[in-house]
Amino acid sequence: MDVFLQQLINGIALGSIYGLIAIGYTMVFGIIGMINFAHGDVFMLSAFIALILFLALTQFLGMTSLPLVFVLVLVAAMALTSLWNFVIERVAYRRLRGSFRLAPLISALGMSIFLANFVYVVQGPRNKAVPPIFSEVIHITAGPGGYNVTLSYKQILIVVVTAVLLAAFWYVVQKTPLGRAQRACEQDAKMAALLGVNVDRTIALTFVIGAALAAVAGVLYMLYYGVVNAADGFVPGVKAFTAAVLGGIGSLPGAVLGGLLIGLIETFWSAYFSADYKDVAAFSILAITLIFVPSGLLGRPDVEKV
Amino acid sequence: MAAGAAPDRFDFVRASKDAALAAIIAAGLSFPILALRAEPDIDNRLTLQGRWSWLFIAALIVFVGRFLLAIFDIRPRRKPATDEALPASAYRAARLIGPAGLALLFVFPLAVFAALGPQGSLKWIDNYGIQILIYVMLGWGLNIVVGLAGLLDLGYVAFYAVGAYSYALLSTTFGLSFWICLPLAGILAAFWGILLGFPVLRLRGDYLAIVTMAFGEIIRIVLVNWSVVTNGDAGISGIPRASFFGLPFTAGPNGFAATFGLKFSPIHRVIFLYYLILCLALLTNFVTVRLRRLPIGRAWEALREDEIACRSLGLDTVKLKLAAFALGAMFGGFAGAFFAVRQGFVSPSSFTFIESATILAIVVLGGRGSQLGVALAAAVIIGGSEILRELDFLKQIFGEDFDPTQYRMLIVGIAMVMMMNWRPRGLVATRAPTIALGERHAIAGALVKEVHG
Repeated sequence: MDVFLQQLINGIALGSIYGLIAIGYTMVFGIIGMINFAHGDVFMLSAFIALILFLALTQFLGMTSLPLVFVLVLVAAMALTSLWNFVIERVAYRRLRGSFRLAPLISALGMSIFLANFVYVVQGPRNKAVPPIFSEVIHITAGPGGYNVTLSYKQILIVVVTAVLLAAFWYVVQKTPLGRAQRACEQDAKMAALLGVNVDRTIALTFVIGAALAAVAGVLYMLYYGVVNAADGFVPGVKAFTAAVLGGIGSLPGAVLGGLLIGLIETFWSAYFSADYKDVAAFSILAITLIFVPSGLLGRPDVEKV
Repeated sequence: MAAGAAPDRFDFVRASKDAALAAIIAAGLSFPILALRAEPDIDNRLTLQGRWSWLFIAALIVFVGRFLLAIFDIRPRRKPATDEALPASAYRAARLIGPAGLALLFVFPLAVFAALGPQGSLKWIDNYGIQILIYVMLGWGLNIVVGLAGLLDLGYVAFYAVGAYSYALLSTTFGLSFWICLPLAGILAAFWGILLGFPVLRLRGDYLAIVTMAFGEIIRIVLVNWSVVTNGDAGISGIPRASFFGLPFTAGPNGFAATFGLKFSPIHRVIFLYYLILCLALLTNFVTVRLRRLPIGRAWEALREDEIACRSLGLDTVKLKLAAFALGAMFGGFAGAFFAVRQGFVSPSSFTFIESATILAIVVLGGRGSQLGVALAAAVIIGGSEILRELDFLKQIFGEDFDPTQYRMLIVGIAMVMMMNWRPRGLVATRAPTIALGERHAIAGALVKEVHG
């Protein structure tokens, strides 16, 4: 029972990170029907940006107040990563709207390879270990000889930040003109354009929002694991994509739900079955979902029209 | 992004401004990650080291690149889609490239051997010749799936791995010879192709790509963790080397060299391996070219153009897709078996996703469906990375820790993006029609319609 509780806590923290990345996949897919293969690497890039900003603030500027540093790093990483994704969309995807179907995917694959290798070249192949921050823990149960269930400040922070940002994001999509334009483009881009919605701008903003949420995930990931590596974009990216598919691609609540489920499945699988095969679990869920329930848990079925 | 109608003459000021803007954006974006490098110090604490020259170089590269783009004005030209055929001379030239290249490939090892002797030629035949031909073969195999049938397969390396491990396990466990294992490896890989292909057939193009990628990764993870059979990360070593139809390439009296009255040299085996992979690659090419003329090849091309139309015309798309998967996988398996016999060692680290991406990049950059283009792209990408390995003089310019090979995949990634933007048909963007009435004309690839999302 104690093990179960501990894994539940770990799984929710991990799942929050996956959920944040999954939103980027699901929004882009919803609006232009493309799997943004580079999104995982944008996430990895944001973790590196956060790492460097963190070191710059603490070492060059000598800031000591950790909460303030955290907020500054978060905001700066979000801004910079958004700008990155904005440029990526301009350079790699915008011209391909009218091209053949697999062109954007291949371009995104190229962008993914570029980003991973760019960070690898400029920052080196080694793992970057971050000094531990917010590492205090709260003991929930601490029986003598029993299993020690802990809840770390990091995990609380992850869940709180995720919840706050998701609420803000939800407000943007549901209540603002931008969100309305976005939902309109998602339903029918051509009709939205006819009605005066600037489709290009809306798509660009979708990429920007997706990148901002991925940057939050990147900062939290760096904080949670304390290690970042240039190869870290691929597997979390695929898992977040799995989360988006599991929740129903195109559905925002689905992405969050899927993220939490994937996080929980991964931690429970590692705890009770085999940590070696935990990636196989995620990849299998991806394949099984796409083959048997392609519309996911909360998605609408996709009807192919001639 | 320069937009609008192309100016009549080159506008130097505008191009410079545009390039400067791009350079400033690039510098601003990459400022933290490029100018500051986090390195662990002696206490294993991360510290930042400033590297402002890198930022400057990156901005310069972007400036020059952007400026050159403006000069050559490479942007998607909306040509009116008339039925303009390429000049007949282009077609005749294209027909000559094949036989000429083939002759060159057959002469290559002997010429290098004659010119540089057994020691000097080893590197050229092994690192360049064999290495490139393996990727040419993989590219041609994947071309059946991606180029002909239009199914984007991101897990092709799985079949390469199946072929390699089939030969490795069959030969070390049962002592079977290469010539028995080669067809077995192909059959096993084809079987896996069908097995993995079967569940994914209902999926659309990009979902299919993701699921094949997932399968490729699953196979690699199983190879890493199923240590009882695959020996895990350490891999399988001591795989029997190739022999010349039973004559081993050894110095002994029963060896290849003694039998033919030659002086023993390791180069004999390398040259034999070269011709072996050349024949395997040509077999792949031959089968592909022939299949394209059969009903199944035409059906594949129809499937690539429009699946719904295919189905409504009564083609069995399930069978077609499975056949493409199985055939592509089979050639991947052959290449894998060859890889194992060449290296004498296999381990899961040879079969990562980046290998799949490289093979796909070869197919995409070469021009999906174009055999010649794929071969050229393989030569450029694989040969290029071998050349990068030898650019030692760059170390004197950029310092000792400069490693040019790191930049290979960086360049490949940029090339894939640029290719999709400017030449989505690949390097060789002409296609000879498979069947034609009267005289055949090579037509520009842009005229071949392909399904739009």
